[in-house]
Amino acid sequence: MDLAIAGLLCGLGGIVAGLIGVGGGIIFVPAMTIILSKGQVEAESTSLLMIALVSVIGTWRQRSYGNVNFRDAAVIGLLSPVGVLAGVVIANAVPERALKISFAMLAFYMAWRLLKRVFKTPGPGDSIPPLDTAAPDPGPTGP
Amino acid sequence: MGTVAGAFSGLFGVGGGTVIVPMLIAYFAYGERLATGTSLAAIIVIALLAAGMQGGIYGNVDVGTGLILVGPAIVGVIAGTAIQQRIPEKAVSFLFALLLIGVGIYMVVP
Repeated sequence: MDLAIAGLLCGLGGIVAGLIGVGGGIIFVPAMTIILSKGQVEAESTSLLMIALVSVIGTWRQRSYGNVNFRDAAVIGLLSPVGVLAGVVIANAVPERALKISFAMLAFYMAWRLLKRVFKTPGPGDSIPPLDTAAPDPGPTGP
Repeated sequence: MGTVAGAFSGLFGVGGGTVIVPMLIAYFAYGERLATGTSLAAIIVIALLAAGMQGGIYGNVDVGTGLILVGPAIVGVIAGTAIQQRIPEKAVSFLFALLLIGVGIYMVVP
């Protein structure tokens, strides 16, 4: 029964991943820690494996809609380990509370930027073409 | 930007997408759908490296549970990407802003 509930939550996590382009770990991890009583580290690590598989399928689906820039994705993905190492070093040198408040400020700022975009009055070039006019598989595209 | 996304993952334990998507939209003039698709592709690399380290070096990955739970998650991501094509792009930004506000509040509330 617990596994079924966790599975339902992970299905929800997959929907979130597909909708907004995150890995889904924000739901996978609590589904495993709260419902399946997994330890935090084991849940986070298992979540990473799930995120990788979900991202493969999500990328495949988004590619079919023409929504993936593989060149930029490769650059971002391959440079990220450098940042992870730097982040771990900084995380161990700066008080945790200061880190969390810094991240919260950044999150609020990014949210404000996105909301400004949402509520901006659209100009003549901002209209979004209807789905049925899009090419079925135009391949990688980018700005 | 990959370095920045990775740094935030290492600093705060958040997934790369939380940083990659808003940065692509706000600073690189990506549309919402292109940003989320590109983010998912970048996350493959990041998650595989991290999962490989956690599983291969530290043995922390429960492969059996992961493979069971990933089934519904895959159904979900297929549904999520399909829904995304049928809603306005700005709705994606709105949902993402809500997520960021939620994460921000979670970070500051002790």
